Amino acid sequence: MRGIHKRFGATQALRGVDISVHPGEVMALVGENGAGKSTLMKVLSGAHASDEGELFLDGEPYTPGNPLHAREQGIAMIYQELSLAPHLSVMENILLGIEPTRRGLILWDEMKSKAAAALSTVGLENLSPKTPVNQLSIAHQQLIEIARAVALDCRVLVLDEPTSSLAAKDIEKLFALVRDLSEKGISVIYISHFLEEVQALSHRYTVLRDGETVGDGQTADASEEAIIALMVGRSVDDLYPRSQRTAGSVVLETNRLAGIDKPNTASIQLRKGEVLGIAGLVGAGRTEFLDIIFGLEPIASGDISIGSYSGSALPALRWQQGVGMVSEDRKTQGLALGLSIADNLTLPKLDGLGPGRLVIPSQQAKACEPWIERIPIKCQSARQPVCDLSGGNQQKVAIARLLHADVDILLLDEPTRGIDVGSKAQIYQLIDSLARGEESEGRSPKAVLIVSSYLPELLGICDRIAVMCRGQLSKAKPVEDWDEHQLMATAIGQE
Amino acid sequence: MSKAHFFKELKSKAWFNIGARFLALIIVFLFFAIFVEDGKFYTLRNLENIVRQSSVYATAALGMTFVIITAGIDLSVGSIIALAVVVVAWTLNIQIDGANGELVYLVHQYPFATPLLACLLAIAASSLVGLLNGALIVRLKIVPFIVTLGSMGIIRGLAKGIASERDIYPPEETWIGGLMDPTLTNKAKSWMLLPAGVWILIVCIAIASFILKYTRFGRHVYAVGSNEETARLCGVPVGRTKLIVYALTGFFCALAGFMQFSYIGGVGQPTTGIMYELFVIAAVIIGGASFSGGEGSILGTIVGALIITILYMGGQQMGWPKWVQEMVIGGIIILAVAVDRLRHSKLA
Repeated sequence: MRGIHKRFGATQALRGVDISVHPGEVMALVGENGAGKSTLMKVLSGAHASDEGELFLDGEPYTPGNPLHAREQGIAMIYQELSLAPHLSVMENILLGIEPTRRGLILWDEMKSKAAAALSTVGLENLSPKTPVNQLSIAHQQLIEIARAVALDCRVLVLDEPTSSLAAKDIEKLFALVRDLSEKGISVIYISHFLEEVQALSHRYTVLRDGETVGDGQTADASEEAIIALMVGRSVDDLYPRSQRTAGSVVLETNRLAGIDKPNTASIQLRKGEVLGIAGLVGAGRTEFLDIIFGLEPIASGDISIGSYSGSALPALRWQQGVGMVSEDRKTQGLALGLSIADNLTLPKLDGLGPGRLVIPSQQAKACEPWIERIPIKCQSARQPVCDLSGGNQQKVAIARLLHADVDILLLDEPTRGIDVGSKAQIYQLIDSLARGEESEGRSPKAVLIVSSYLPELLGICDRIAVMCRGQLSKAKPVEDWDEHQLMATAIGQE
Repeated sequence: MSKAHFFKELKSKAWFNIGARFLALIIVFLFFAIFVEDGKFYTLRNLENIVRQSSVYATAALGMTFVIITAGIDLSVGSIIALAVVVVAWTLNIQIDGANGELVYLVHQYPFATPLLACLLAIAASSLVGLLNGALIVRLKIVPFIVTLGSMGIIRGLAKGIASERDIYPPEETWIGGLMDPTLTNKAKSWMLLPAGVWILIVCIAIASFILKYTRFGRHVYAVGSNEETARLCGVPVGRTKLIVYALTGFFCALAGFMQFSYIGGVGQPTTGIMYELFVIAAVIIGGASFSGGEGSILGTIVGALIITILYMGGQQMGWPKWVQEMVIGGIIILAVAVDRLRHSKLA
C-alpha cells in the first residue's frame, strides 16, 4: 500500500501511509488508538475506499470494491470483536458463504471433511465440527475464525488485537499458529498494543501516528523504548509512576468469599492508600470477584465488610458506601455510548445537580468540567456523546465517574485494556495520585483494587499483588516479592 | 471549518433534530393545504379538527415515548384506551337505591362528582394494568414485545367483559363527554380557545418534558435504554424505572381514553382504539426515538403525532381511498426511520 489517504468529513484519518508485507512475513502494525490502524485495514479489506494512493497485491494493482471482493483475493480480516454466528456449528461457520453444494443442496459430508481439515491446521483436530460455536471459549472461537480464513485460502491474514481477550496459555498457542501459518507462506499483518508480542512474533514492524507512517524496520533491531517513542512522538520515560505511599487502615475486607460458580474462596484486605493488584488468567474468577463485591452477582458464601458495613448490597448501596467500579468491558457494560459524557459521568451521583430531586443539564455539564480538565478527557464539550470519543478517552470517562461520586474504594477491572499508550500513562498517573490522596476533596488517600491481565502494568503500579487461580485467590504479597515469572506460574497453578 | 464538518456539527445539535421534524410537519401540511380543494384544509375549523384528532394519539404517545426510550415497547395501549373508555361509561351507568327505594343513576344524583369518580377509576385501572405489564417484564424477564402482545389481548378482553361485549350508553351527557367538544362552533365554550382535552394534553406535554429532562427519574430512563448494564453498574434502580415507565403509559392511556370517549360521542365502546398502538408507536418513532433505546423526546413525539394525523385527515379530504391512505402512512413510517438511519450513519 503506497501513499494511502483517507478523509472522513474534516477528519483526515490517513495522510500518506506506506506499508508493505512480504509473503510469509509477520508484519506488526503498531500505533496509538486513533493512529489510523483500523481505517487502514478497512481500506485493505475493501470496507472503505481510499481517496488517494495505490494498493498492490503480488505486484498487480488491486482495488477492492467491497469486503467480499477482498476475501476472494485472499485477504482475510479477524477483528477484535469476533464475527461468528453463535448458533451455528463450527463447520457452518468455517464454510459460511462457501458451502459445498450440489444443485443448491448442502453436501454435509464434504462440509465436515473440509471443516476438519481447516480445524487441523489451527490445532483443533479434536474438536467436533458439529459443536455449536457458542459453546466454545473465546480463544477457540478466535481459532475458528482463523480456520475460516484458512479454508478461504487466504494469502494475507490481518489480526486486529487478537490477544486482548486471551489468557497467556492461549496466547502462546496463537503465536505458534501464526508462526506456523507464516512458514506456509501466508503474510500476517499483526495489530497490537502489546509491544512484547510485537517483539516475540513479528519480523518487521510499522508504526503509525496521526495517520502517517512514522517508522518501520526489522523488529530484531528495534528496542521497545524506541517503538514507544515513535508511537507517542515522545519518550515515555516513566510509564509506571509509583510514588511513596503509606497504607492506612483496612477499608475493604472479604473473608473466604465465594460466588455461585467462581471464585471458590477469596480473602483480601484492602487498605487505604494502597493499590492492590489481582493477577490471573481470564476466566479464573477475577471479574466475578469484583462483581460480587460490588453487588452485581450474588454471594454464595463468605462475607464482605466495607468500613463499618458488612454483608451483601446492591450497587446503589455500594456507591453510597463509597465504593465505585469500572467494569471490564466498557462497550457492553461500562458506558452508555449514545449518551453524553455528562450523563455517563454523573449517573451514579445525581444529587446536588439541581434543587431537590431535579437534575439540571447545565449543572450536570458543569460538574464534569473539572474532571475533563484534570484527567484530562479529550472532547469538545461535556454534552458530546461518548461514542464520539476514542477508546482511551471513553475509559477515562468511566473512571472519572468514580471521581465524581467521590468514592473511597475503586474497583478497576482491566482499566487499560485496548487503549493507547498515552491514555494508559494518564490513567496510571491518576491511580497513583488517588492512592496518595491528591484528587479528593479532603485529600484522603483512596484504596484501589485493580484486576489486570497485563503483568508489567500490575508490577509497575501496585503495592501488593494477589493471584487468582481457578477461583482461589492467593495471599497478597508486596510487589517486590513478585516477578512476571512467578505471577504467571501462580496463575497457572504451578506454584 | 469545512462544509462537511459544519453539517456534522449542525446535525449533532438537538434543536436541529427537532427543527428538521418541524420542517417535515410543515411540508406535509403545505402539501395538503395546496392540494385539498378550495383551501378547505387550512380553515380554522379543520385545524381544530386536526388538533382534536391528534390529541388522543399524542397523549398515549407521551407514555410510549418513555417506554421506547428505555428500549421497550407497549403494544397494549389501544386496549388500555378501550379499557379506560369502558370503565368511564360503566361508572356513569352505576345505579343506586334512591330515596323511594327505586333504582336511580348515580350520575343523576351527583352530575359533577360521578364523572370525576369515573375518571379516577379509569386512571386507577389503566395505571394498574400498565404496572402489571411492567411487573411481568421486570420480574419474569420476558421481553416487552411478548408481554404486551399478550396483555393487548387480555386487556381488550377485560374491556369487552366489563361492557358485556356491547356499547355502553350512559344515561346522561356529562362534562367528560364534552372534553373534546369543538370550541369554534360552540359559543358557550369559545372562551376556552381550545377543547378542554387539548389543554389537558398541553399540560401533560409540559409535565412529561420536564420529567424527562430535569428529574433524576428522567435521566435514569435514558440510562436504562442506552445501556442497561451501565445503569445497573451505576446503581440505577433498573427494575423500578421500567415498572414506573409502563405504569406511566397506563396513566397517559387513561387520559387518552377520556378524550377518545368524548371524541366518539360519549359512548363506552369496547372495540375502540384498535390499531392505535401502531399509530402511537409510529408517532414516537417519527418523532426521533430509537427502538434500541436511549433516544427520543416529547416534543419530537408530538410532531410525530401531528404528522400522522395530518396524513390521515389530509388523505381523507383529498378523497384518497382508505387503502391508499394506509399505504401512504406505512410508507412514511419507513421513510422516517430510513432518513434517521442515514443521518446516524453520517454522524458516526
